[in-house]
Amino acid sequence: VENVRLLDRLSSRKATLGTLYLTATHVIFVENGSETRKETWVLHSQISSIEKQATTATGCPLLIRCKNFQVIQLVIPQERDCHDIYISLIRLTRPVKYEELYCFSFNPKLDKEEREQGWKLVDLNEEYNRMGVPNNYWQISDVNRDYGVCDSYPTEVYVPKSATAHIIVGSSKFRSRRRFPALSYYCKDNNASICRSSQPLSGFSARCLEDEQMLQAIRKANPGSNFLYVVDTRPKLNAMANRAAGKGYENEDNYSNIKFQFIGIENIHVMRNSLQKMLEVCELKSPSMSDFLWGLENSGWLKHIKAIMDASIFIAKAVAEEGVSVLVHCSDGWDRTAQVCSVASLLLDPYYRTMKGFMVLIEKDWVSFGHKFNHRYGNLDGDPKEISPVIDQFIECVWQLMEQFPCAFEFNERFLIHIQHHIYSCQFGNFLCNSQKERRELKIQERTYSLWAHLWKNRADYLNPLYRPDHSQTQATLRPQMAPCNFLYKFWSGMYNRFEKGLHPRQSVTDYLMAVKEETQQLEEELEVLRERLANLQKSQLNDNKVETKQQDRSKQFGLSASNNSLANTPQEYSNDLKSFPSRSPSQGDEEDSALILTQDNLKSSDPDLSANSDQESGVEDLSCRSPSGGGCLPSEDSGKDSDEAVFVAV
Amino acid sequence: MEFAELIKTPRADNVVLHRPFYPAVEGTLCLTGHHLIFSSRRQDNAEELWLLHSNIDSIEKRFVGSLGTIIIKCKDLRIIQLDIPGMEECLNIASSIEALSTLDSVTLMYPFFYRPMFEIVEDGWRSFLPDQEFELLSSVTDEWRLSCINKEFSVCPSYPPVVIVPKSIDDEALRKVAMFRHGSRFPVLSYYHKKNGMVMMRSSQPLTGTNGRRCKEDEKLINATLRPGKRGYIIDTRSLNVAQQARAKGGGFEQEAHYPQWRRIHKCIERFNILQESLIKLVEACNDQSHNMDRWLSKLEASNWLTHIKEILTAACLAAQCIDREGASVLVHGTEGTDSTLQVTSLAQIILDPRCRTICGFESLVVREWLQAGHPFQQRCAQSAYSNSKQKWEAPVFLLFLDCVWQILRQFPCSFEFNEQFLIMLFEHAYASQFGTFLGNNENERSKLKLSQKTMSLWSWVNRSEELSKFQNPLFEANSLVIWPSVAPQSLQLWEGVFLRWNRPSKFLDEAHEEMISIIKYNKELQAKVNALRRQLAEMETDDRMQENL
Repeated sequence: VENVRLLDRLSSRKATLGTLYLTATHVIFVENGSETRKETWVLHSQISSIEKQATTATGCPLLIRCKNFQVIQLVIPQERDCHDIYISLIRLTRPVKYEELYCFSFNPKLDKEEREQGWKLVDLNEEYNRMGVPNNYWQISDVNRDYGVCDSYPTEVYVPKSATAHIIVGSSKFRSRRRFPALSYYCKDNNASICRSSQPLSGFSARCLEDEQMLQAIRKANPGSNFLYVVDTRPKLNAMANRAAGKGYENEDNYSNIKFQFIGIENIHVMRNSLQKMLEVCELKSPSMSDFLWGLENSGWLKHIKAIMDASIFIAKAVAEEGVSVLVHCSDGWDRTAQVCSVASLLLDPYYRTMKGFMVLIEKDWVSFGHKFNHRYGNLDGDPKEISPVIDQFIECVWQLMEQFPCAFEFNERFLIHIQHHIYSCQFGNFLCNSQKERRELKIQERTYSLWAHLWKNRADYLNPLYRPDHSQTQATLRPQMAPCNFLYKFWSGMYNRFEKGLHPRQSVTDYLMAVKEETQQLEEELEVLRERLANLQKSQLNDNKVETKQQDRSKQFGLSASNNSLANTPQEYSNDLKSFPSRSPSQGDEEDSALILTQDNLKSSDPDLSANSDQESGVEDLSCRSPSGGGCLPSEDSGKDSDEAVFVAV
Repeated sequence: MEFAELIKTPRADNVVLHRPFYPAVEGTLCLTGHHLIFSSRRQDNAEELWLLHSNIDSIEKRFVGSLGTIIIKCKDLRIIQLDIPGMEECLNIASSIEALSTLDSVTLMYPFFYRPMFEIVEDGWRSFLPDQEFELLSSVTDEWRLSCINKEFSVCPSYPPVVIVPKSIDDEALRKVAMFRHGSRFPVLSYYHKKNGMVMMRSSQPLTGTNGRRCKEDEKLINATLRPGKRGYIIDTRSLNVAQQARAKGGGFEQEAHYPQWRRIHKCIERFNILQESLIKLVEACNDQSHNMDRWLSKLEASNWLTHIKEILTAACLAAQCIDREGASVLVHGTEGTDSTLQVTSLAQIILDPRCRTICGFESLVVREWLQAGHPFQQRCAQSAYSNSKQKWEAPVFLLFLDCVWQILRQFPCSFEFNEQFLIMLFEHAYASQFGTFLGNNENERSKLKLSQKTMSLWSWVNRSEELSKFQNPLFEANSLVIWPSVAPQSLQLWEGVFLRWNRPSKFLDEAHEEMISIIKYNKELQAKVNALRRQLAEMETDDRMQENL
């Protein structure tokens, strides 16, 4: 469809004219502008809602909201076209079969071997070995070999050595969806562990001997401690209500030596509504400070983030400081439990704060333990009530921690944003389906590619320059401040206003420092070369005259090549004057830099949504559209007298 | 008066000091004329806390049995608690501190007693003289002149002795204009935009009154700054309503009919007690340890602090936009032209002028646009967030300005030569200092107090390399562009470095900062090494070649 206008969300007066294309996988908008022909690509799977608004004189507006928080406003000249697009998109964005998803057609031009290599990048067996299991206390159980006990669990599960198959099966029958207690994280320094399960089917009085034995076994697998924490991550009221349905929580009297604890995290429906409310605030056209803060508070989003953090901090403390094992559950044990176990592991173990470790963590606590990606993120058309930003909250918790511990993470914010993007994109097979079982049946590994390999290949883009493996923050357990420090939790505009570039800092400290580090590396190499040359020269001068001439020829040749080499390494002559150094700040409009940035963007353009660097001068537009620079404050007597100026003030 | 009269108990032992995030320390408390000194007796880790009395905003006492507790709340927002055994000692100390921290006479303040322990390289009192500023200006334009009309502070008590005005306006006309402006603050040059020759002027409100008085000289003066056929903008920092009400009290605004070449825009920026209340509420919210997440956000919202930040930044951006984008000259004023006017003119310069983003340039900006421009520091900064004074003079006008600078710095972390610490340091010294720089309300008072002879300038201390290194931003790279900050709520944040400074652990953030510095330092060292080697090699090669030629 031609002559479609793409509106700038923040100022309705600014629009770009272009052509809209619909393909099997993407919505593509190509600008008409002769030079740039900027393209906007949106994957169908990213689209969360399409809204046809009332036709106006200029055409028929179409509002597309995406799961990665992009909002696109189009105006289509013909009502009929608009309707067609609307109908097509509705169909395209609601696939009913997995085979329709992008990952089955996405081909990054890798051969079979590379694809298999990619899937091997994250290996959970290796990870359990790294943690230190199997050992004297823990063993791998094959009780779920053919998903016979629990179809949402992985085939390989770690359980206490003293837990026999009989105990496991018995316990599983007493747990929602048969999700019996299994090992999530083991701390080899003190034998304390984090285990996870679903709620017990205790009702008002039911008991299960095997389940009691199971918890006993978990406690005994940690000989240093004489009790076990059982953390129910639901609000107490919700858990009590569940008892009426024959579910519920552990009765301390029935289990020997447990300490039971509620840490109230709200359910998926509350979280979905909360995000919805927060996004409404983000979408406000030019909110006042009060609108924004009030809306943010009213959404409750940060309160929920803090609840997840508080639960995780409690567990990490129990494990690291008290040396006590913890069993975590919520209702089914695949949402809140996954959040809390993974954040706690991340606090405890520096490995999960590396790039590779973070991939492993998501594979372990989310993918393998049957977090229902398909339902939560609406990959296939399904029940809208199942959709909830569960992993988004986990990712935000990590970001909040990165803000508080800037040197503790190997990766940067961009890494988190891209993972979030791909959880919804369905471009890679990692997050398809609701369980390992379904993924195996679909033969995901043979038919699709792994996101982790893709991210790993581009890992240079995701490095945190402040990370150093030998830094104290890197090594230790992270101990965030608890109770009164609400102000530590902040709105993440980098995520939720991700596509409003104008709102973000115009210069990136991360990019700047990465460029410095890169240059440092080049300097180190050059220094090596120079030293070598110097040594050669000095050697040659020591030799006697006759030999010298020959040697000099040689050293000169070498010197020449060396200097060529260094020229290739560094774009400019070094001088004492620092100013002449290649300037590094990415957002500065210097010639060299913009070139450098362009190439970086090209590199990254495999991801269609990647951030372009913002132009500083563009701030003008942002300012004028967001600040009510005229508008309300316009003195009435002056307005409209001079059309030219009226435009400016109203801009 | 002798300070000794006020100090009934100069010293108390076995005092326990409590601070957030530190273990309690036992030690000795001493009171001197200007300081409260606490020194711990611990052999292994002797610690001293020196607190200027003038930094104390309020003091509370409590008793449990014979153990007295004094809670001291400082202007830099810190709160400390001292447990003092003995009811009498405690009462004596509390009343001494109260008296010493509220001295009325400026000449009793510490700057008049302070003797520097460092070598003065450059006298800060002479670092930023208007003549130098004018010299810079004359190199690009000859349309302006330096007027000494206010030499004895006879025309405008709150202006400096010399001001920059359009060349075509003589002193006689200036005198008439001064009569037409509130507090005689006639329009003067604030900033000249080299890129297009546009200017920003500032003044106070015109005294039009209800019957629409006019002053031809005033009109002529500001029209003199316009290019032929061009129009300018008047940014009034009050709402139209407030400006209209001001007419009843003899004030007012420029009437369209009399200033046809100017277009007036009203951008409301709050004043005085509204700002002071905002600060008090904000700090209360930051210190409140009891509330949950929801309460925190609603209290932050209710303080309106960030709303004020947004208003001020928006007005400054608008002024900058008029000058740089519209190619128009701008006149900024509110009522007196000593508060919101200065916020707007100084922030606009930070946006427009790369020089103001350097350390020296920023100091010069503070001197020109705040000190010389007559921002009444002594009145505004007499009390901070813990005050309960009934006076209406206090207002965190300068702190709001610094906060706005911080917001821009956060959005352009590589474009400023100075760092956050520099801004925090200025905040502290504006409220309590051993230096005389921020004493007095204007140049007139400062010259009467003979501050430049009797006290030390803050700039003499700051501008030594030892101190400067603390305030340098390692990421700085000169950026000659105009920087346009975003004023959307999502882009503005609470300035934690000031408001949560004493309530949050900063260790991890400090470590990150150190890491940043060391990355850049290592890079610079390598550059130097590589350069040295290259030179050495080049020399050896020329030597070789010479030998060869021989």
